Amino acid sequence: MDEPTPAPDSAHGAPARTIYRHRVATRLWHWINAITIFIMIGSGLMIFNAHPHLYWGNYGANFDHPWLSLPRWPGWLTIPSTYNLALSRRWHMLFALLLGFGLLAFMATSLINRHFQRDLRVRADELKPRSLLHDLKEHLAFRFHDPANPAAFNIFQKLSYVLVIFVLIPLMIFTGLTMSPGMDAAWPWLLDIFGGRQSARSIHFIAAAGLVAFIIVHLALVILADPWNEVRSMITGRWTVPKEDS
Amino acid sequence: MKRLITRRALVATGAIGAGALLSGCDRIAENPGFRKILFSGEKMNMGLQRALSNRHSLATEFRPDQMSPVFRTNGTNNPNTPDYNAMAAERFAGWRLQVGGLVATPLSLSLAQIRAIPARTQITRHDCVEGWSAIGKWHGPMLGTILKAAGIRRDARYLVFTCADLYRGHNYYESIDVVDAFHPQTILAWAMNDAVLDIGHGAPLRLRVERQLGYKHAKYVMRIDAVASLAGIGLGKGGYWEDHVDYDWYAGI
Repeated sequence: MDEPTPAPDSAHGAPARTIYRHRVATRLWHWINAITIFIMIGSGLMIFNAHPHLYWGNYGANFDHPWLSLPRWPGWLTIPSTYNLALSRRWHMLFALLLGFGLLAFMATSLINRHFQRDLRVRADELKPRSLLHDLKEHLAFRFHDPANPAAFNIFQKLSYVLVIFVLIPLMIFTGLTMSPGMDAAWPWLLDIFGGRQSARSIHFIAAAGLVAFIIVHLALVILADPWNEVRSMITGRWTVPKEDS
Repeated sequence: MKRLITRRALVATGAIGAGALLSGCDRIAENPGFRKILFSGEKMNMGLQRALSNRHSLATEFRPDQMSPVFRTNGTNNPNTPDYNAMAAERFAGWRLQVGGLVATPLSLSLAQIRAIPARTQITRHDCVEGWSAIGKWHGPMLGTILKAAGIRRDARYLVFTCADLYRGHNYYESIDVVDAFHPQTILAWAMNDAVLDIGHGAPLRLRVERQLGYKHAKYVMRIDAVASLAGIGLGKGGYWEDHVDYDWYAGI
């Protein structure tokens, strides 16, 4: 019932074909996550402003050597827009719950409805240099869909979604937990995995930068592909196969 | 079909929308109803952390070679009040720790008496709410030992610490609950890094509550009161920062 199914062609007899591409769980998580990550980045930048230096290891403070020191982020990028560590922490720690449990629910649902297995499974032959090169050329020509199977994600889409869902967001969550002294007492292995609280803080920042890079590319490609069709498909689930592909 | 969403319109709307959302965050955070939701994260995080850990889950302790070369100070570096300066001048010989509130026997302990209580030594990481960490060695009796000696009553739920340093003309104060008060690593430290606690780090006595952030670790402790509720303390949220700048009372995260 909730499976992507081809829809009948449009009544005008045009070649445009609309298919059911995104299930409700995917769409719901997409938009909850879009808002959540927006708030996490804004409030995270404000928290970063309280001590804009990053270190490796267990400790790191003003007399230690930072590997990165940045100027403070401007107010138009942060939540709240004025310096307010207490309030930015309130935003961050509340929406962190939505990020963590949202991802958990999405992962469970996507395993059950086979979204992961069907759409994100990377096949070995997709990773061969020749096929990667072919996909790259297609990308550069702004052709993002395989005409034979337009609903399928191309290899770069698969890799970037896998990176975000299984690497970057979990990294954000677990490095975030490692910064909590209460969680470190509950789960001391967090410190072993990331090499200390300050390392976790650095990785938290690097993974956040990775997410920002993903968001920029993701939005750019939505705009390049067909913004109306892409945005609509993430709201209603229905996606029109681009004409050049059909 | 005429496109309702063109690329240019989408980019413009997106940019305006993101800007509006960012400034909207400031405005919505002032709404009392939303503020309640925003501030509810503290209770949820505390509940989750308490559920995932047990009362005696220990903060990681480190080796001497893992200590910070320099342990910076923060908050008050010197209370610098006439009373405090007079006590410091005589190396706190006249200083007393008062333990009162919901206890069977209120105590008034001298530094010599506190130093005579069996002590715990721990090399732990101090995490500031700002993001930095420093590792130091702390030495002093467990808070639980002193509370038991005072005969803390069953109806006591929180311990309130009143300090010698002033903020806005009032003594700094902080509070923890009995779960953290009886945690084995919760100590009243009178020594740090193998030396008598210095003024910058809270002489003569400071709290260490290792599963929470730095602002909970009250320095210059003068008195400890066992209470049933935080309602009558300061503005009722349990600490100076909690009352005046909306910091979380539970600072385990």
